[in-house]
Amino acid sequence: MPLDPSFIGRSWPPTEPYLVGREKIREFARAIGATDAEYHDPEAARAIGYADVVAPPTFPVVITMTSSRQIIDDPALGLDYSRVVHGDQKFAYTRPVVAGDALVCVNSVDEITSRGGHDFLTTRTEVTTADGEPVVTVWSKLVQRGEDH
Amino acid sequence: MSDTLEPQTFRITRADLVRYAGASGDFNTIHWSDRVAKSVGLPGVIAHGMFTMALVGRAVTTWAGAPDSVVEYSVRFSRPVPVPDTDEGTEVVVTATVKGTTDEGHTKLALTATCQGEKVLSMAQATIRKR
Repeated sequence: MPLDPSFIGRSWPPTEPYLVGREKIREFARAIGATDAEYHDPEAARAIGYADVVAPPTFPVVITMTSSRQIIDDPALGLDYSRVVHGDQKFAYTRPVVAGDALVCVNSVDEITSRGGHDFLTTRTEVTTADGEPVVTVWSKLVQRGEDH
Repeated sequence: MSDTLEPQTFRITRADLVRYAGASGDFNTIHWSDRVAKSVGLPGVIAHGMFTMALVGRAVTTWAGAPDSVVEYSVRFSRPVPVPDTDEGTEVVVTATVKGTTDEGHTKLALTATCQGEKVLSMAQATIRKR
C-alpha cells in the first residue's frame, strides 16, 4: 500500500528537550573511532571556543532517529518498517552539537514519492536549543521496498 | 589543500557494529544477526549506513584539520557494506576531490566510499569551513 500523501508538508509539535551528555558524546566518538581531543576533552573543546566537548558530525542522528518515530510510527502513514532501507542522509549545521545542549526537534515530512514499486519518504528535522537557537537541520530519505522486490 | 586528497581506509568488524549499535541506539537486527539479514535477501550482516557515514565524516574532519569544520554533509546509501564474522571484517576506502569554493568561502568536497571495489555511497559531498 502506498504511503498516505496527505502527510506531505505536515509538521509535528516540538519534542521534549534531549539533554546532550558529555559521556554520550565520548561514547559515540569512541564507537566511530574518532580520537580528536575536542570530542573527549572539555579543555580542548574550550580552546576552540566551545563550552564543553563537541559532537562528531553525524551525532545528531542519535537524537533525530528517535524523534522521527513521531512520523514513522503513525499507523495512518502506512509505513511497513520491515521493508524500509535508508536511502539518503543530509545534515546542514549552524554549529556542532555541544555537551550540555538541551535540544528540541521539530519534524516535518518534506516529500513522499513512488517509483518502480518503491515508496520514498523524506523527513526533515529542525534541531534547535530549547531557547530556539538553530543547531542543525537533518534530512532522511527512507525507502520502503515494494512487496515484490 | 590539493585537488585530490590522500585516501583514508577504515576497517570494520562485527565488534564495531555492536559498539555502534549501543552508542547510536540503532538496534536494527540486520546489523547483528546473519539469520535475519539473510532472510531479507542480504548476504549477511551489513554495517549501519550511519556508521559508514560516520567513518566518512571522520575522513572529512581529518582532511579539514578541525572537528567542528563541517557546514553541510550528505550521502546516498547506494550499496550495503557486508561485514563478515572474521577478525579482519572488511574495509572501506574514502577518497575526496576538491570541487570548488562556495560564495561564503567554504570548500566543497566530492566524496567516494568503496568496499571490496564497489562504491557504497553516491552523491556524497561535504562543505567545510575555513578556520
